[in-house]
Amino acid sequence: MKTHTVSRRDFLATTVVAAGVLGFGSRAAFANLAEEEIKMLTAGVVTVSDSIVIEAPEIAENGTTVPVEVTAPGAVALTLFADGNPTPAVAKFKFGKLNTSRTVATRIRLAKSQNVIAIAQMEDGSFQRAQANVKVTIGGCGG
Amino acid sequence: MASGVKPRVKVPKTATVGEEVTIKALISHKMESGQRKDKKGQTIPRSIINRFVVDFNGENVIDVMLEPAISTNPYFKFDVIIPAAGEFHFKWFDDDGSVYETKKKVKVS
Repeated sequence: MKTHTVSRRDFLATTVVAAGVLGFGSRAAFANLAEEEIKMLTAGVVTVSDSIVIEAPEIAENGTTVPVEVTAPGAVALTLFADGNPTPAVAKFKFGKLNTSRTVATRIRLAKSQNVIAIAQMEDGSFQRAQANVKVTIGGCGG
Repeated sequence: MASGVKPRVKVPKTATVGEEVTIKALISHKMESGQRKDKKGQTIPRSIINRFVVDFNGENVIDVMLEPAISTNPYFKFDVIIPAAGEFHFKWFDDDGSVYETKKKVKVS
């Protein structure tokens, strides 16, 4: 039987690196998660657009139900992210031909004050982005 | 099947051809996020509606993938152009495999 031994030096080195990663991660983990998911979705090519409109309250008293309405003219798909939530993805919408206004309204949970980000995939395959900041008085993820 | 699940949709009964109508759809569901803990400190397992699909006469109108960040009793509002008389078919897919359905007819005047 082959035994695998870890030297004290190796062990210390990896522990220090791991601690460093964790320490850094806890500071900006959620915001980075959202950006990472957006990067995966868009392959990094996304333009900020004024034509995509997010209607959300500036201040939401209750984070468990925040009304959000997004209008994305010409979009075939729309993905919503909340960059301060434990899991940033909120919902992904695909629009059919009969749905011409490309407007959708729903209610979402926000854990704390943060940005709601909309990524719209246009008919030509390009991506457009818009975001809105929502201040939350009472968080909506429980726990 | 989760208990107390009841879909409610609001669709106009009549419309003119080419008219844009607003549809509101809500389903009563607790949407357990999987983030909360019970009194003993154990995580309550996730149990949500993960997909919502609306078709009109077999043609897709909207297809939504839901994440736990959607609030309790998921609600959606959207617009549809009515091309002819027909029927809306609403479907919600639960994490536990259940599918909740409802249909609404629209007459053309």
